[in-house]
Amino acid sequence: MSENIKQNYLNHPKGLMSWLLTLDHKRIGLMYLVSGILFFFLGGLLALVMRMELAAPGNDFISNETYNNVYTLHGAIMIFLFIIPAIPGALGNILLPLMVGAKDVAFPRLNLASFYIYSFGALFAMYTIINGGVDTGWTFYTPYSTQSTSNVVPMTLGIFIIGFSSILTGLNFIATVHKMRIPGLTWYKLPLFVWALYGTSLVQITATPVLAITMVLLILERFLGIGIFDPALGGDPVLYQHFFWFYSHPAVYIMILPAFGIISEIIPVHSRKKIWGYKFIAYSTLSIAFIGFLVWGHHMFTSGQSVFSQIVFSFITYFVGIPTGVKIFSWILTMYKGQVSFTPPMLYALSFLFLFTIGGLTGIFLGAVALDIHLHDTYFVVAHFHYVMQGGTIVAFLGGLHHWWPKTFGVMYNQTIAKICAVGVFLGFNGTFFPQFLLGLRGMPRRYATYSEEFVELHSYSTFWSGILGISIFIAVMNLFWSFIKKNKVDPGSNPWGAMTLEWTHTSSPPHPHNFEEEPVLEHGPYDYDKVIVEKTYK
Amino acid sequence: MSNHNSDSPKHLKHYFANVDQQYETSKFAMWAFILTEVLTFAGLFVAYIVFRSWYPDMFVDAHKLLDVNKGLMNTIVLITSSLTMALAIWAIQKNNRKLSLLMLIATFVFAFCFLGIKFLEYSHKFEVGQLPGEYYSYMGPEVVHLNNPHIFFSIYFIMTGLHGLHVAIGMGLIAWLIYATYKGNLSSEYYTPMEMIGIFWHLVDLIWIYLFPLFYLIG
Repeated sequence: MSENIKQNYLNHPKGLMSWLLTLDHKRIGLMYLVSGILFFFLGGLLALVMRMELAAPGNDFISNETYNNVYTLHGAIMIFLFIIPAIPGALGNILLPLMVGAKDVAFPRLNLASFYIYSFGALFAMYTIINGGVDTGWTFYTPYSTQSTSNVVPMTLGIFIIGFSSILTGLNFIATVHKMRIPGLTWYKLPLFVWALYGTSLVQITATPVLAITMVLLILERFLGIGIFDPALGGDPVLYQHFFWFYSHPAVYIMILPAFGIISEIIPVHSRKKIWGYKFIAYSTLSIAFIGFLVWGHHMFTSGQSVFSQIVFSFITYFVGIPTGVKIFSWILTMYKGQVSFTPPMLYALSFLFLFTIGGLTGIFLGAVALDIHLHDTYFVVAHFHYVMQGGTIVAFLGGLHHWWPKTFGVMYNQTIAKICAVGVFLGFNGTFFPQFLLGLRGMPRRYATYSEEFVELHSYSTFWSGILGISIFIAVMNLFWSFIKKNKVDPGSNPWGAMTLEWTHTSSPPHPHNFEEEPVLEHGPYDYDKVIVEKTYK
Repeated sequence: MSNHNSDSPKHLKHYFANVDQQYETSKFAMWAFILTEVLTFAGLFVAYIVFRSWYPDMFVDAHKLLDVNKGLMNTIVLITSSLTMALAIWAIQKNNRKLSLLMLIATFVFAFCFLGIKFLEYSHKFEVGQLPGEYYSYMGPEVVHLNNPHIFFSIYFIMTGLHGLHVAIGMGLIAWLIYATYKGNLSSEYYTPMEMIGIFWHLVDLIWIYLFPLFYLIG
């Protein structure tokens, strides 16, 4: 047994092929993590190029055409290559089987296949960049996307292929949650991250097929002129928008639900208090997943909708605020009278609460028809979207990385640097995107490489802080990687934050190649801080 | 590697606790996969509904260009193949490998017939130019007064084409089943792959059951 303690999934078995052909969910998760972070940096670099161009009015850095390519690639890479696959693919893969006490996901081969399908799709996206980019925006709206001479087909084909990876991962996770739990681990004893992944997977398997078929129709429209989206041939370009948003609005919840799950893990652990309203949080996840399918029309208030559908979509959109509010208040109540420690993961979780709340509330603005007609396609939308996606999902992702880093690799990063970076991300983020709300309110349209003089102050302010944001994220991630060199080893089997879920209490850090040396026996619920005392091993 | 006893069956994967869990998991995931298939086609059914409600008369007149007899023949062929598939599963449950093999081969042959008939239909449409979108060139007397008949054929070709692709994939899977059954890898103890592919095959059949009336029998 003593030999087994040294043996973990990182060093056993050895060799390149043992990684490339691995069926181990933890290794597959790491491969997703590495590719996800690479695409995150690539997308981030493109964002900084845009901010450079927007530092001053006029085309002094890049041309209009290049700008069109840059914002399209920024959106497409961040959404389809990073955010959608990264949290379920990386953190989900590494943690889900551990959290339910299983030896692996339900279908390990399918899991590896998902990763390679994702990589294959990513190749098409890379080809698009090398071949001169694509300039339609990440939404590929017709009729422009059927006429543009840029690489619409390789990019949409890439997205089509990545969609299959997303569907297969979703299927795998759903089957794992339903069938692979250890005896005694009932639904209400599951960690909330598992609930979040479950809700995400449900959306993945039900919405993604519609995106796939939409991309097929778009590609056929370009190759065969089938006429479905082409008014000259009797078709309707707005139909494309319906199809696209039927997927892409639920896809927003594919992106944010796992973040909710991460926050639901971080807050109770770092407050050492039982989560408030477990069932509320669990069911709000499912209701967000469900309501997400009924609100796609709010992206199309200005696309020629009847007043009746505007009112209906607007009304249903407000409903999203209820389960989301339930979550926010539950997290705040979890912290109330808890022993809150300001560790790096907790700092990210606190920023999340602040930033996501702003993102969510401005979503209500945009859901109101009258306001949306004024704010549609302005920087207000850009700011809202980034408050939800970056302030929400990416901040939660960074928090999750810092929370589970010692679990995944058995090493601890430098806490001080991590805390400074967390504050830097918070300040840099607000500095970058808060001015964009004001720009939007004053009528600055999105997707333009230049602007009139009156916006220069806010734009240059935004550009300045985007630099701080970029540097903070970069140093935060480098600080994580530095822990490999610094070798500040966490004791195997250690539980630095004193968490109660199976991945911390029943296996070593990093975990055993088969997750648990013997089948875990559930002794307490995931957040029973009121019943059991679990010591922190890291001071 | 595995903590199972040495007498646990060969097909049991090490990460499952027992055979039942493995079987239940496969079946559950297969039904979830069927859901994704239904949603894929649902997108196209929506396109069908939208355009049929825009051009109701065109749809009625354009459908007369389709060959109802061939469509009916294909319906019979495909329903029969669903029956033989179900019989193959029934036979393997009774450990009657020979009958199961025979039924699988019959299913494969029926699937081949389906694609053959579809090929005849398609090639006729290619000859006369009843094609999707811009490639549409047929100007017979039945259609001169019609508004955008090419849209009907766009939707017809996309939906039946995607369905045909599923039939082809199904044939590949059934061919593999024939091999596995012939080799004796499947038995009443373990026939999960056959049951899963059976579910898929019934879905393929079911989709055709909707496509046939929606394209061939309207008006």
